[in-house]
Amino acid sequence: MIRQDILIVGGGLAGLAAALSSDPQLKVAVISKVHPLRSHSVAAQGGINAPLGNNPDAKDDNWEKHAFDTIKGSDYLADQDVAELMCERAVPAIYELEHMGVPFSRFPGGVIAQRPFGGAGFPRTCYAADRTGLVILHTLFEQSIRKNVKFYNEWLVTKLIVKDGKCLGVIVCDFATGQIIPVEARAVIFATGGYGRVYQKTTNAFINHGSGIGIAYKAGIPLKDMEFVQFHPTSLFDVNILITEGARGEGGYLVNNKGKRFMADYAPLAMELAPRDIVARAIQTEIDNGNGFEDQYVHLDLRHIGEAIIKKRLPGIREICINFAEIDPIESPIPIQPAQHYSMGGIDVNMKCSSCVEGFFAAGECACVSIHGANRLGGNSLLDTVVFGRIAGEEASNYVKGSEKSNNSEKILLEQALEVKMKVEEWEGKDSGEKMFRLLNRLKEVMSEKVGIFRDKRDLTEALEKILELKEDYKRIYISGKCLRYSQELVNIFEFDSMLNLAEVITLGALKREETRGSHFRLDFNKRNDKDWLKHTLVTREEDKARISYKDVKINKYKPVERKY
Amino acid sequence: MKYLFRILRYDPLKDEHPFFQDFFYETDEKKSVIEALMDIRNEQDCTLAFRYSCREAICGSCAMVINGKYDLACRTMLNSLMSSLIVIEPLPNMEIQKDLVVNMDPFFEALNKIEPYIESEADFSEGGYRIEEKEMDKILQYVNCILCGSCYSACPVASRDENYLGPAALAKLYRFVKDPRDKRPFSIWSKVNTEGGVWGCDTVFKCNEVCPKSVRPADGIEALRRKLIVEKIKRIFKFKR
Repeated sequence: MIRQDILIVGGGLAGLAAALSSDPQLKVAVISKVHPLRSHSVAAQGGINAPLGNNPDAKDDNWEKHAFDTIKGSDYLADQDVAELMCERAVPAIYELEHMGVPFSRFPGGVIAQRPFGGAGFPRTCYAADRTGLVILHTLFEQSIRKNVKFYNEWLVTKLIVKDGKCLGVIVCDFATGQIIPVEARAVIFATGGYGRVYQKTTNAFINHGSGIGIAYKAGIPLKDMEFVQFHPTSLFDVNILITEGARGEGGYLVNNKGKRFMADYAPLAMELAPRDIVARAIQTEIDNGNGFEDQYVHLDLRHIGEAIIKKRLPGIREICINFAEIDPIESPIPIQPAQHYSMGGIDVNMKCSSCVEGFFAAGECACVSIHGANRLGGNSLLDTVVFGRIAGEEASNYVKGSEKSNNSEKILLEQALEVKMKVEEWEGKDSGEKMFRLLNRLKEVMSEKVGIFRDKRDLTEALEKILELKEDYKRIYISGKCLRYSQELVNIFEFDSMLNLAEVITLGALKREETRGSHFRLDFNKRNDKDWLKHTLVTREEDKARISYKDVKINKYKPVERKY
Repeated sequence: MKYLFRILRYDPLKDEHPFFQDFFYETDEKKSVIEALMDIRNEQDCTLAFRYSCREAICGSCAMVINGKYDLACRTMLNSLMSSLIVIEPLPNMEIQKDLVVNMDPFFEALNKIEPYIESEADFSEGGYRIEEKEMDKILQYVNCILCGSCYSACPVASRDENYLGPAALAKLYRFVKDPRDKRPFSIWSKVNTEGGVWGCDTVFKCNEVCPKSVRPADGIEALRRKLIVEKIKRIFKFKR
């Protein structure tokens, strides 16, 4: 049996950061369902926040101001101690990345360039043109080669094995062969990313099914604040490819069909650089009120910032527009609409990235340390991955060095692997039933129509019913392509189980939270209600039922006040 | 619009030879090749195997040959092909694992050989570097590489000589040698002063032609050659003095 001291699941930024910070004396491996360079982190564009103060307009910036912006942006649902921890570590994290080889764009004088981003008091987003995720992911991968990190690529984790509150390892499906393999690990770190593909319109990669979050949930670990789903204001119309917030940071305007910069009506001070929840709602409201184009999009106009800046600072955006929309932003405005982008919620972990299960850790988008609260600021997710990925690696190393190895884990893992194998044989043995892609499409429809930017009790209740129907239908799933090697159908069947649970948890949390906060907007409760709802939602699976509970938000320096931008 | 997809199929455990299989595909929407392949897989044959991830031409998963041309399937729109017959083949000169999935190991092994990471002892706790943008601009072209493997697959030298490092790895080496932060000694990087390294390239520039990200790897190979020669001459003069 394969045995590791630390097993990291996910080869994106958080996973690689964890691998690089794990104790090299330990046996560490990364399992990734795609080659690490194909992880969705690669698609991050606009940048990573740190109060370096390199921009002439940011001389007075510091980590406390960054923390305040993060907390205010979160609509006060962030735990203030962890937001502070992240921001305090931002500057050294950037210098470390730079020393590892990240080719950041520069300002005159040779320092790292920084641009303004939404909800930030100062321009503090460091960037490499608009390909920041690409260069950071490639750099961390390069460092992993340097440090001889062991990778198991194209392996899908299907189950987390927990016994008596202790993590024993995982059961894996090898994409190349379809074989089911048990892997014993004394510590497991999930860095499995988000679930964007639960929605129809998402900026996320095709592979973002969120199964890591669902697997942790199934193993009995609570999920936190899952109702907070970030919709990015600017995705390219129809294909929903991300158009970075950096485009507005460089000076882009949002314009409706009357030629008006409508953000003046929603956030007169911050305008286009209000936080994402506010801008996304503003755009959707304009479209719904008939001020959009073809009732589906508004314009992001970059023409006035000029050819030179577009080519220098936003070449990737220009390439995307030319490739996928046949327009050149130098000459025409970009048609954009909101689309699902990020999960503020995730696996419930503390500031050490550890969970209620001994030896199980999580970092990055799949985790909810609770830095982003009800709404994440642009440029904070990359920072989250490198800061908390690192913490997860360090803490998992400490845990392994200070703990005893379990005795009977091999037997349990083998039994569990056999169980998974029998499940696959059952799906493969059937010649008819529900087809995977049809169920997936139905789920996406439900989530997009009923659990989107604007929510109300009726829609959410209907969504829950439909999700439960889908759960019944999923029991009749079968494998139509009778070859398990490189079977995406098998991968999807495994992951869909998680997607259903995630959809249920998101919807349930949204239904119960009778207030409006950050990205969670209830048409029937359209005000924030700190008296009753300044608390984290926790959903735990008990006997295949979702049980909901709440826990307090950590408030230190900053008393919740109304957000104004 | 109606299309006929002619897709190369091969299962090395079952089939003696690769063969083409035809699929009819109809759509009124603007679709990319990768979306069409996903539809065909879902609706017609779930055993059809291919890789994908980002769908926005940045992750490098889906390089293949489409109507004879190397490209990323996600950024290739069906209507741009100006043909109702669409022939899909995996990257050539690489072992087929199944259908359009090829073995990328030799490509990544070649990359590992050039030590593809910044070599530096500098300590980040002392703060950031000072590097002017024009210095960074010199490596920008190569930084845009997404390691999709198209150049390696199309390179005539890599296809006949397994010891040749190939365009992507050599261009990546140039990216590091040219980076002001990188301190690798000449004695290390000049290991590519061989037929398996920069002198293996027979300058037909297939790599430049097929690269979907305009990296122009051959520029890097030629620059490495020039730099090698210059460094050698420098060393001869130093020796004489």
